[in-house]
Amino acid sequence: MADLVCEHLNMTFTNPQTGSEVHALKDINFTLKKGELLSVLGPSGCGKTTLLNIVAGFLNATSGVVRLGDKIIDSPGVERGMVFQQGALFEWLPVSKNVDFGLRMKGMPADQRAALVEKWLDIVGLKGFGNTPTYQLSGGMQQRVALARCLVNDPEVILMDEPLGALDALTREKMQSLVLELWKETGKTIIIITHSVEEALLLGERLFVMAPRPGRIHKEYNLPFAERGLTESLRAIKQDKAFSKVREEILTMIWNMEEEIMGRV
Amino acid sequence: MFEWLSDNRASLAAVIIIALVVMFVASIVIGRRQADRTAKDAVFGDPERTRGGWYWAVCGVAALMLIWFYFSWGMGRAFFPSAANELCQVAKIEEVLSPIKAQLPIGSRYYKSTLLVSRNADQLNEVEQAFPAEAFSAEETAELNAIVAEIRKLIANSSNPANVKPELQEELHRIAGEIEGLSDELRKGYAGLSPTPEALAQPKWGVTRDEIPILPMTARGVMFDDVASKAGGVTDAFEKARNVIPANDEIIADVKARLDAIKVANETGSFEPRIAKLRDDYVKAVERIYRRLDDGTIFPADSLQTINDAIVGLDTAVDDAMGGLAWTKKLVLPGQGVVKSRTQCTEQGSARWLPKPTDVVATLLRLANPDVQGDGGYKGVPLLWWKWLPIADVVGFFVPDWIADVWPGEYSRHGADGSITPNFKDKLLAFARGDVNLGAIPVLDGHLWDSLFRVLVALFLGILLGVPLGLFMGVSKFFKSFFDPMIELYRPVPPLAWAPLILTIFGIQDDGKIFLLFMVAFAIMVISARTGASGTQLSKIRASHSLGASTGQILRHVILPNAMPEILTGVRIAIGVCWGTLVAAEMLAGTTGIGFIENIARTVSDYELIWVTILIMGVLGLVFDLMMRWVIAKVIPWRGKG
Repeated sequence: MADLVCEHLNMTFTNPQTGSEVHALKDINFTLKKGELLSVLGPSGCGKTTLLNIVAGFLNATSGVVRLGDKIIDSPGVERGMVFQQGALFEWLPVSKNVDFGLRMKGMPADQRAALVEKWLDIVGLKGFGNTPTYQLSGGMQQRVALARCLVNDPEVILMDEPLGALDALTREKMQSLVLELWKETGKTIIIITHSVEEALLLGERLFVMAPRPGRIHKEYNLPFAERGLTESLRAIKQDKAFSKVREEILTMIWNMEEEIMGRV
Repeated sequence: MFEWLSDNRASLAAVIIIALVVMFVASIVIGRRQADRTAKDAVFGDPERTRGGWYWAVCGVAALMLIWFYFSWGMGRAFFPSAANELCQVAKIEEVLSPIKAQLPIGSRYYKSTLLVSRNADQLNEVEQAFPAEAFSAEETAELNAIVAEIRKLIANSSNPANVKPELQEELHRIAGEIEGLSDELRKGYAGLSPTPEALAQPKWGVTRDEIPILPMTARGVMFDDVASKAGGVTDAFEKARNVIPANDEIIADVKARLDAIKVANETGSFEPRIAKLRDDYVKAVERIYRRLDDGTIFPADSLQTINDAIVGLDTAVDDAMGGLAWTKKLVLPGQGVVKSRTQCTEQGSARWLPKPTDVVATLLRLANPDVQGDGGYKGVPLLWWKWLPIADVVGFFVPDWIADVWPGEYSRHGADGSITPNFKDKLLAFARGDVNLGAIPVLDGHLWDSLFRVLVALFLGILLGVPLGLFMGVSKFFKSFFDPMIELYRPVPPLAWAPLILTIFGIQDDGKIFLLFMVAFAIMVISARTGASGTQLSKIRASHSLGASTGQILRHVILPNAMPEILTGVRIAIGVCWGTLVAAEMLAGTTGIGFIENIARTVSDYELIWVTILIMGVLGLVFDLMMRWVIAKVIPWRGKG
């Protein structure tokens, strides 16, 4: 287990037809210690997802390095698990086969796989759903499967790209608790990208607010709410004065950024 | 059992038709009652309204079957089984009298004499107008005009009733009298007449290939048959009658002599070639017309009036004598009724090309009968059966002969005493050639199996090669761009346009057809697999990368199952297209197969067999599609739910 380090990360997309360039990320630097929970927030098009894809190894940065411990990241790997907005489950497989996909690809024997699948389905609250086809599951349950599928591989870092974006409010709150629980139990380093300011505050020990054109880290916060969320009810935290204050501050910040994008200022 | 059903197919049809009528009426009653019930809670255009409604399906099927029974004369045969035989006897009268009718207004609007007079007069006028004045001297011109005038006189003489010889007048009178006699005979009715045992022993209507039994099987039929055979003499007498006039004989001799004189002048005189040709042509044209006038076929109109009237009277008598038969013909035998040709009576109209449903079933059962030595199968091959296939044949097909050649040693030679002792190398060669007894296995056989075999093998090969290539084309820029031009160039060509070439190269046996169908299936499978593969969601690919899957594993475990819906849809389309192409290819060339049967049936106008093959193909296509729907529902239940 090791720290995740980003150094002078730059990303430029070139349109192959016109040759015009878009500066998606500009000089991103941060170090994420093992076991830290980072949430990334920002208006559309600020490069959040690009940053995550680079860390995951799906994209290679134009310049700069991402390191996990001593290893320089240049391709996808099992040590960085990914959870997508829509689950990206394999709908032709039942729940258990989805969860042990990574283990099967590794060639792990069936009995070991079965034990692990059992364990993780229990943890995410899907005990007994092993043989259910995934297309019969609700959105929240599908995300639980995606989480289990990622965690069963025992990655060092978990990357979540708006994992709860498509869920209804109640399910979302339950899932937020689940994420915090998993964070506490496993002690994994987690990066969550989100659109929701509340979610970013609740699920972020650290919080980056990113700004667009070029994509950069605009402001960084260190927040107590995630730690508190392990013991207190999330709804109670949301009522908190301190919580409201930070929320309003960030909302105003993002509001202004959006206005700027639309050229109103 | 089958024989009995076959012989009594008319009665069987009657039972079926009554059942169909009951179903038709009952389904309408049920449907109306249901409609009353749902009318309150459903509005027009509400898709809920179209759910269910099996009774309308029953109604539709019954209506279709009834229409089929009606227009194929199945209904007529079911309830009036002797109608066709009787109509055949009536048709005999019609056939016998047709030469007389053709010369009278009743058969062809004008008297034949009127048409002859009009045509000859027209041609004489034409010849006169085209007279080449430069080619003839003044005297010759006058002479030729005189000849034409003489010829006109020939026509006039023939048309004049006063010139008719008394003998001819008597003969025409006698013929008219005989025709009236026939009418009288019909009016007398058929009491006391009865069919011959030979006639009664004939197969029933529709049982044989000749359809309608030709000898009269009812008393009424015997009456018509008698009249028809007597009418034969009348027709002969009428056809022999000639209007030969003494006055015309002199004119004919005179014209001949005068034309000969001019012909002699043509031959002896020295004319320049162009003039000589004009003279020759003109004389020939005149001669051609007058030659047609010396056979006495022009009669004065009045002289034939009595015969015309007698024929009209006979037609009325026939109609009267038919009685209910005429109504049967009008109501349940749509079309032109029955026509007698030289050797047989045939159904005319829709019944000619639309076989009766019961006959189609009988033909199907005969075709399906595996006893090819007897009446079953087609061209010595059953429709669908099995046979023993020697295993050695299969071995001989797959094991190449060169294996024996490369085995060390020599093939055995015949010894000094004329005996041959086979060594191992010889035995190996025999094995590779299939000249050994390894027992036999039962395999399917027959026209239908041959067709299915071709489709299935081609489909199997198409899937085996097309799906992997399609998957690679869906994920690799190189594969896509490298193979795209080849496939896209041959795919749009209609498969049948390839057929002549492919069949020439590979031969008309299975190889050629399988290759042709393989081309069809391959292109469809490549395109569907490619579409399916390239439609894989990026997030699924990324997820599997993150889960540690290798390229091959992603292809096998993610992209292939993800492309499954498109692949299976491709298979479904490929089956349909292959089936269609195969039948057409079998029609082009080959000695077995369902398309082959239809093609041969076409050349001998065996409509029943044509319809049977069409029905078999329709049902098989439906079965294929239902099977594929079932497979799709089983294999990819997640489709549309991902």
